[in-house]
Amino acid sequence: MITKQNRLLFFPYFIWVGLFVLVPIGLLIYQSFIGLDGGFTVANFVTYFTSTTYLTMTIQSFIYAFIITLITLCISYPTAYFLTQTKRKDLWMLLLILPTWINVLLKAYAFIGLLSQQGSVNTFFDWIGVGRQQLLFTNASFLLVATYIEIPFMLLPIYNAIEEINPSVVQASRDLGANTWETFRNVIFPLSLSGVRSGIQVVFIPSLSLFMLTRLIGGNRVITLGTAIEQHFLVTQNWGMGSTIGIVLIVLMIIIMAGTAGRKKGVRR
Amino acid sequence: MKSLIRLGLAIVGITGLLYLSSLFIERSQGAAGADTLNIFNWGDYIDPELLEQFEEETGYRLVYETFDSNESMYTKVQQGGTAYDLTIPSEYMIERMIEEDLVLPMDHSKIEGLENIDPEFLDLSFDPNNQYSIPYFWGTLGIVYNDKMVNEDEISSWSDLWDPRFREDILFIDGAREVIGIGLQTQGYSLNSKNDEELQASFDLLKGLAPNAKALVADEIKMYMIQEEAPVAVTFSGEAADMMWENESLHYILPKEGSNLWFDNMVIPKTSQNVEAAYAFINFMLRPEVAAQNADYIGYSTPNEAAMALLPEETTEDEQFYPSEETIERLEVYEDLGPIYIEKYNDLFLEFKMLR
Repeated sequence: MITKQNRLLFFPYFIWVGLFVLVPIGLLIYQSFIGLDGGFTVANFVTYFTSTTYLTMTIQSFIYAFIITLITLCISYPTAYFLTQTKRKDLWMLLLILPTWINVLLKAYAFIGLLSQQGSVNTFFDWIGVGRQQLLFTNASFLLVATYIEIPFMLLPIYNAIEEINPSVVQASRDLGANTWETFRNVIFPLSLSGVRSGIQVVFIPSLSLFMLTRLIGGNRVITLGTAIEQHFLVTQNWGMGSTIGIVLIVLMIIIMAGTAGRKKGVRR
Repeated sequence: MKSLIRLGLAIVGITGLLYLSSLFIERSQGAAGADTLNIFNWGDYIDPELLEQFEEETGYRLVYETFDSNESMYTKVQQGGTAYDLTIPSEYMIERMIEEDLVLPMDHSKIEGLENIDPEFLDLSFDPNNQYSIPYFWGTLGIVYNDKMVNEDEISSWSDLWDPRFREDILFIDGAREVIGIGLQTQGYSLNSKNDEELQASFDLLKGLAPNAKALVADEIKMYMIQEEAPVAVTFSGEAADMMWENESLHYILPKEGSNLWFDNMVIPKTSQNVEAAYAFINFMLRPEVAAQNADYIGYSTPNEAAMALLPEETTEDEQFYPSEETIERLEVYEDLGPIYIEKYNDLFLEFKMLR
């Protein structure tokens, strides 16, 4: 029941959402209709959807985000599952979460140190006789670093979802004669899907617009929508076009959220 | 579990201490006031000792902030909410800021030492009579190569960059005008071209250069070249001077076709709260011994003639950093292109980045 007091308690939250979510999105929508000459126009959207550059960039961003999400999922799910089976869960969890306390920029620079021509990895390759390879500024290194950075965000929701499963459900499954694999497939996995979904949302969407890593690790040889937004806001000062790409991203996010939420009902049947 | 709690408490304690000390530092620095001078400069663009010396001599308290591109500096000044008293943009940005009324005209009666500046760097097209700006450093865009991997005679012009030998070997500065400019100058066009056909022709030419690009990066070029990550890089003269200081195998050349000549000048933005302090700083930087110490530290070319006399001869006689007048003739200064053409350059650049 919503009493007067409760409504008062909601007040700060409404202000927060209004000021920091709704107003900025409103401004973004407004800006996206402003042309270079300052007039009201839909030219930005026309440019976006007719330019092969922007469309290829969108597709590329999608492919990269998809691969990053897939790799993080493949690594995080088994990790999360085995974590729930271990004895000292909190210690392991702490170890896995610890890297997120470090600034992303610092981690990126650390990877430069590892992957560069004189870096530790190449020194090792040289030592075992493989010879120095070009590691930095490749698609593979970009995917590696992006995946590394995103893993904790995928791991946590999945871990929580598996952890929340009532142990008696698993026991019941075993009592009724299911083996470990069957229990996992028919009980644990479906019940953990909510975690997988939030993990995908948290990883996929930011991956669409990674821009700092594309320069530092990808050497601008990997281009995502984030690169274009950054350029429009900071270099060309064409805020209209930058906002248009931002709007397209927001719409894509809503579609992804809706898509992953839709399946939720199907599972809960 | 106990040790975990202890660890957590320790972290909370340390962050608390750090927060308190940051509060203390902020308070001791103060924000804006009669005795503070807010400087907004490029990163790594002044000898920090000089900042201390200035504070000691004049009693002003310095608040020093840095930016990494003309555009981000412009955005911060234009949006307001800042109190910068002095900033150091490049020439095309100064032109734009003058046009948009974002900088204050200078009172030349308050400036001492302008006569130290080489007349060649005064009264330029972007700011006639130096009404708004005072020269700080100048330089060029050029090619850095490592003599362990490239021979001296293999590279002397922009067009040499197209050589298939440099496949995936070249680091480029992440700037639209610089990269598109290489295409323009290779064909003999102006760096300030507003001709769509010339731009398209340059882009078509650059398509052939894309496979030779190892990466398009910013300040990191310095680190990579020193670590010998790549044999060739396109970057600014001052950055090059820094690298060469660290790694003796590196050399800087000005391409035969010509290149970009740029100036960074001190201006007083409209946001200034303490114009007097800004003048004091300008006068301080115009002093020959200060300018010489700064040039020696940063490695960029100083426009201060009196300071050049104080610099070691091997510096001032280096043709690549203090080119002859004949070479300077072939260099071109950027002009403000206006939003439509800035957009065109950047769209082409974005397309260039997507090529492989």
